[in-house]
Amino acid sequence: MTNTDVIIIGAGPVGLFAVHQLGIKGLKAEVIDNLDRAGGQCIELYPDKPIYDIPGIPKCTGKELTDLLLEQIKPFKTKFHFNQRVEEIKEENNTWVLKTNKGKEFKSPNIIIAAGVGSFEPRKLPLKESEKFEGKSIFYSISDKSLFKDKKVSIFGGGDSALDWALELSKTSKVTLIHRRDQFRGAPHTFSEIQKLEKKGQLAIKTPYQLTSINGDKKLESIDIKNEKGETIKIETDYILSFFGLLMKLGPIVDWGLNIDNKTIPVNTENFQTNKKGIFAIGDICNYPGKLKLILSGFHESALVSVECFKRARPNEKYRFQFTTASKEIHERLGILKK
Amino acid sequence: MAKITYIDCLGNQKTVDVKDGLSVMEGALQNDVPGIDADCGGSMACATCHVYVKDEWFNKTGKIIDAEQDMIDMAHQPKKNSRLSCQIIVSKDLEGLIVTTPEKQS
Repeated sequence: MTNTDVIIIGAGPVGLFAVHQLGIKGLKAEVIDNLDRAGGQCIELYPDKPIYDIPGIPKCTGKELTDLLLEQIKPFKTKFHFNQRVEEIKEENNTWVLKTNKGKEFKSPNIIIAAGVGSFEPRKLPLKESEKFEGKSIFYSISDKSLFKDKKVSIFGGGDSALDWALELSKTSKVTLIHRRDQFRGAPHTFSEIQKLEKKGQLAIKTPYQLTSINGDKKLESIDIKNEKGETIKIETDYILSFFGLLMKLGPIVDWGLNIDNKTIPVNTENFQTNKKGIFAIGDICNYPGKLKLILSGFHESALVSVECFKRARPNEKYRFQFTTASKEIHERLGILKK
Repeated sequence: MAKITYIDCLGNQKTVDVKDGLSVMEGALQNDVPGIDADCGGSMACATCHVYVKDEWFNKTGKIIDAEQDMIDMAHQPKKNSRLSCQIIVSKDLEGLIVTTPEKQS
């Protein structure tokens, strides 16, 4: 069990800036995110796309903004808990106990939900029969490629993940790459390598085809794919790898007894508290009259939420508003002035 | 202003007036038309405002840029007439447009 002043759910830009706002007030935060790194939508959806509305930064990409925020919160030596999702929250004597799907437990008077549109999860295959094979012969990511050695593997998708794995696994497996149209959005260089392999007969490309059925009783045996003309082909396959990107899902948040309105959490605009004392929501996931889903709004919300978190984490201390330009205390926390 | 008709996968339909300049996605959200999630808010980053456009309307809804096509790859059961409704901008030329929402968005 980890005890901390604040738990932040979501390591997107708003969650990261909340670390800063809490940090300069002397509060320790632990950050939990379902992705494998910080940045949230900035890093997953638009790492290379420029953002033009961060105050004082005329132009920066999602990746650059993430890097700058990580740099800004470096002095606070925050602990990140990646690749896990918060499953359960319960109240114990006025504090919150929180458990992740990896079994990690945290205790804190404050929880800040900065979860955007929810946690990122792989987009699953559209067929219902896929469920019984998921995790056994259908995968949305690869942790051990030796599983596929000398096997027949069908790979779906048109992006870099699909192309990279098709190329890699073609060395040891019989790979069929299937995509719904002829164009692939992955790197042209990788695709031309794959086309070379196809010419040599070391890999098969099937376009424009889509999956129509998954066959097999206990064990996956084959799949049927169909093109727009209605022609169907059956492909014998041991494994299916599906790379249709990530999807954002609110997930277990809906079970925590919070008011939810159209996938967002209503909050007050004084301290961004939800209907539960000590649980706050900031960034895209919160909702109040006039809410704008902008990163800069989330930064403002981070600043205000941190004040209420201070009051709850330090009930016996008086909160003092301080500027970073002038406060010796803040300079110490930032490591500019040695204690 | 244009009248836009949204039909769900079961055939239930709703026709609403949508102001010029709004997207077909925004028209759905503002009028509580179910079946369009629009998780990313119209930034072409999620494919949860996926619709099928009736064939006779498809060419009138404008060109599909590569980035939209790339996102449609990830939509639930994309078809030849798939569009992201956040990328169809309403004008009087679209008076009477009919779109169908898929069985699900994710």
